[in-house]
Amino acid sequence: MKSIGRLSLLVCLLAGMCAAGTSFAGAPTPVAPGKTEELERLPDVAGHYGGYLTIGQRAEPKTLNPVTESDSASREVIGRLNADLIEINRAWQKTEPALAKSWKTSADGRTFTLHLRKGIRFSDGNPFDADDVIFSFAVYMDKAVDSPQRDLLIIDGKPMTVTKVDAYTVRFTLPSPYAAAERIFDGFPILPKHLLEKPYREGKFAQTWSLNTRASEIAGLGPFRLKQSTPGQQIVLERNPYYWRVDRDNHRLPYLDAVVFLAVGSEDAQVLRFEAGETDVINRLSSENYNLLAKERAKAGSQLADLGPSLEYNFVVFNLNDLSGKKLDGVARKQAWFRDLKFRQAVNAAVDRDGIVRLVYGTRGTPLWGNVGPGNKLWVNQSIPHPKQSVDAARQLLKSAGFSWNKSGQLLDASGQAVEFTIITSSSNAQRMKMATLLQDDLSHLGMQVHVVPLEFRAVIGRVFETFDYDAAIMGLGGGDADPNPEMNVWMSNGTSHLWNLGEKEPATDWEREIDQLMQQQMVTLDYAKRKKMYDRVQQLIADNLPFIFLATPNILAGADARVGNFKPAVLDPYTLWNADELYIRNTGTENAGVR
Amino acid sequence: MPTRSRRAHPWPVRGKTALLAAFLVALHILLLCAGFVAPYDPTHQNRELPYAPPTRLHFVDSSGFHLRPFIYGWIADDDGYREDQTHAYPLRAFVRGDSYSFPGLGETNLHLFGVDDPGKILLVGMDAFGRDEFSRVVCGGQISVAAGIVATAVTLAVGSIVGVIAGYYGGWMDETLMGATELFLSLPWLYLLLGVRAFLPLHVSPARTFLLLTCVIGLIGWARPARLVRGIVLSARTRNYVAAAHSFGGSDFYLLRRHILPEASGVLLTQAALLVPRYIAAEVALSFFGLGVNEPVPSWGNMLTALQQYSVLISYGWLLAPVAALFVTSVTYYLLADALHSRLESREV
Repeated sequence: MKSIGRLSLLVCLLAGMCAAGTSFAGAPTPVAPGKTEELERLPDVAGHYGGYLTIGQRAEPKTLNPVTESDSASREVIGRLNADLIEINRAWQKTEPALAKSWKTSADGRTFTLHLRKGIRFSDGNPFDADDVIFSFAVYMDKAVDSPQRDLLIIDGKPMTVTKVDAYTVRFTLPSPYAAAERIFDGFPILPKHLLEKPYREGKFAQTWSLNTRASEIAGLGPFRLKQSTPGQQIVLERNPYYWRVDRDNHRLPYLDAVVFLAVGSEDAQVLRFEAGETDVINRLSSENYNLLAKERAKAGSQLADLGPSLEYNFVVFNLNDLSGKKLDGVARKQAWFRDLKFRQAVNAAVDRDGIVRLVYGTRGTPLWGNVGPGNKLWVNQSIPHPKQSVDAARQLLKSAGFSWNKSGQLLDASGQAVEFTIITSSSNAQRMKMATLLQDDLSHLGMQVHVVPLEFRAVIGRVFETFDYDAAIMGLGGGDADPNPEMNVWMSNGTSHLWNLGEKEPATDWEREIDQLMQQQMVTLDYAKRKKMYDRVQQLIADNLPFIFLATPNILAGADARVGNFKPAVLDPYTLWNADELYIRNTGTENAGVR
Repeated sequence: MPTRSRRAHPWPVRGKTALLAAFLVALHILLLCAGFVAPYDPTHQNRELPYAPPTRLHFVDSSGFHLRPFIYGWIADDDGYREDQTHAYPLRAFVRGDSYSFPGLGETNLHLFGVDDPGKILLVGMDAFGRDEFSRVVCGGQISVAAGIVATAVTLAVGSIVGVIAGYYGGWMDETLMGATELFLSLPWLYLLLGVRAFLPLHVSPARTFLLLTCVIGLIGWARPARLVRGIVLSARTRNYVAAAHSFGGSDFYLLRRHILPEASGVLLTQAALLVPRYIAAEVALSFFGLGVNEPVPSWGNMLTALQQYSVLISYGWLLAPVAALFVTSVTYYLLADALHSRLESREV
C-alpha cells in the first residue's frame, strides 16, 4: 500500500511538473471573424498559427494595472494585454488607427472626434463601446488614482474633456490647441468598465489587477489575455480569441498561442537564456553582448538587428540649482565655475566623443552634440556643429575665463583655488561608469581634478532630484517618443526633469526664458514646418548654452530566434514586442509540437 | 593521520613555513616596488587599444633567430587585433618610461623592463580603456594587500581585547560582550555599508578611503576572533597553573601576559594568515558600493568589477589577472596558516 501511495505521489508530482511546463496547452482557438465586427485588416501580414514565445525580463513586472504602472517590465506585459484608441506604428513612427477606426480634428485643433470600431469584444467576450472609453479616461484623470500618465491629459493646467456622442463615437476637447495630440492616445489602454467600475467606485482601484489577481478578473483589448501569473517566476499570456485585427487572408490575429514572460533578473541572465535557446526574443542589448551573440549564434542563424542610434541621450549635468537655504557651501563655491559658460564650453570641447563611442559602445553608438540625435530624423537640427575634441581650444576658453595653471599643471580659478569636483553616476550602469572614467581622463588634460563616484541608482536620483548634494552627474534621458512634446518636462524651466536647475519659479536666464516660450509655442502649433523651426531654435539654444554636455547615444540592438517570423524591431519602446500580434513561429518542430 | 605525521617531523614543517614566509616576503617586496616592476603608468589610457590581448614574445623573424626577444605591435581590425609585423620592438631591461614615485626615494622613471615607443609590451593585455593590465595588477596589489594586512591588524586587536575581557572576567561583562558579537555577526553588513555611504561626503581622498576601508573591514570582522580568543582564555583561566599563579598574588595583567595570552598567540597568528586573503577579497565588495578605491587608481577589487559583465568575463580572459594574483596570494597565506597551525601542534607535543 505504501509503495502504491508513493508511486501515485510521484505520478502526481510529474503530472504537476508537466502541467507547469505546458500549462498553456489548449490555448483558445480564434473566433471566426463576424460580419458585424469592424476589424482591422493588415494587408501585408501573413503567418501561421501555433507555438509560443518566451521572453526573459530583467525585472519582474510590479503590476498588471495599466493606470498605475510605472516600470518598463510591467509595461511590456500590459502592452500585450491591452490596446489604445490610436497607436504609434513603431516601424514608421506615425500614428495609425487602433480601437478608433478613424478620427477627425477640428479646424482650431482643439476637438478630436474618434469613431470606435463596432462589434469588437474584450478578451472575456464582453462588448466594447464608448462607455469603456469614457470610464477609462475618467480613471486616468482622477487625482485620487494618481496615474503617472495623468499629466499628459492636463494641457495648460486644464484637463481635457471627454464626451460620449453616441455608443461608438467619443469627443475629446482640449483646453488649447495641442500639436500632435493624437500621439497622446498611444499609451492610454482602454479599460473594461464591466470589470473595473465596482472597485473604482469603492476606492480600491489601485489594488486591482496585481500579479496575484485571478486571470478571469482581468480582460483587455490586446492580442493576448492573462492565462497564469506566478509571482517571482513567470507570467503566461494566451491568445485573445476576440482580437480585432486580422491578417491579409482574414485570419484573426495573433498567430501565437501564448507568450511567456520569465523574470530572469539581469541583462547578463537575459543573454545567457537567449544564448541557450531558452528565450526567443531579446532587446536593449549592450554592444558587448550583441557582439558576443553575433559570434556565438552566427551558426544558429538567429536574427540580430542593429537599428541604429536610439533616441536616448547621455550627458553630463553640472549642478546649477539654487542652493540658498541648503547647507551645501562646498557645492555652492564650485557653482561659480559651473555657471561660467566658458567653463562648460571648455568641458564640452575636451570630451572625446569618438573615444566614448569606441570604448563604451564598441562603435555601436553615435556621438552627440545636442539633445536630438540622428536617430530622430523628423526633428534633428542638422545645423548644430559637431566640433572634434580639442584640448587646445578648451584651454583657450579657460584662459579667457580667468583660469590659470600652476607649476604641476593643475587648473586654478581666478582666486587661485584648484578646480576639483566630483562626478556621480549609477554603479549598476556599466556604460555610464565607463563614460565617467573616460571623461575623468579627458578633463585631467585640462588640469581639472575629477573624482568619479559610483553610487547606487536610487542614491544618484536622490541627490540630483532632491538634496542637490552633488557637483556633476552622468545621466541619460529620452528614448520615449520622437515628438518634442514628451521633452517638455526637461526643457521647460518649471519642468520636473529640468535637471540642472530644478524648481525654477521664473526662468533663471534669458535663454531659458526663450526656450520656455518656444516649447510652449510649438506645443500649440499644428503645422510641422513651423514646429520644426521652433524646435530647431530650442536645440540651437541648448547647444549654445550647454546646460547638459551631451556625450553619446547607443544603437538599439535586438535579437530573435531564427524561428520567429515577422520580427520587426524598432527604435521606439517596446522595441521588439510592439507587433506581438503579427509574430509567428516559422516551423513548429519538436519543441512546440506539444503545445497545440 | 596527518597530525601524527606532522608531530613526528617538526623540521620539515619548519622548513615549509620558512619557505612560504620567504615567498610571501618576496611577493610583498615586489608589490612595494610596483612602480619599478610595472612597465607603464597604470592609469594611462591608450584609447586605440581597448581589450588588446597580451603581446607575444618572438625570437625568430625573417632574418633568423635572435637571442633578445622582441614583440610586434597590435593593429585593430574587424576581428579584433592582428600583429603589425612591419616593425619589431626588442625587449629591454632598465628602460626609462612613465614617471612614478618610489617609496622613500621620490620621483623616478626607471622601469625593470619595457620596449621602445611606440611599441607596447603587454604581458597580460589591456583593459576596457587600453590600460596595461599587468601594471594595474602590480600597482593595484599594493592597495589591496596593504588593506588586507591593516584590516587584519585592526580585527585582531579589537577581537583580542573583547575576547580577553569577556573570557577572563566572565559574568555580565562576558554576556554583554558576547551579545554584542552575536549582534555583529547577524548584521546585514552590505546594507549597513550602503547606509554608511549615504552619510559620507561624496569624494573621499585616497588616504581617507584607505583608512575607511581598513577600519570598515576590520571592524566588521572582529566578532569571530573575539569568540575564539574568549574560548581559549576561558579554558586557560581554569587551568591549575593559572589558579596557582593567581593564588601567589599574580595580578590580572601579569596572568594575562604571562600565562593566558601566549595560549592565544598561535590561534591569532593562524587567524591572521586566514584573514588577510579574506579581507583582500572583501575589498572587491566594498569597491562595488563606492566605499573602495575609485577609478582610475587600481586595486584588485575595482579591477574585478569589470568582470561583472558576462560578455567581458568570457571574451577577455586576461582580465582575470587580479583573480590569479588574489589566488596566489591567498593560497600562500592559507598554506602558511596551515603550516603555522601544524607547528603549533608539534610545539604542544
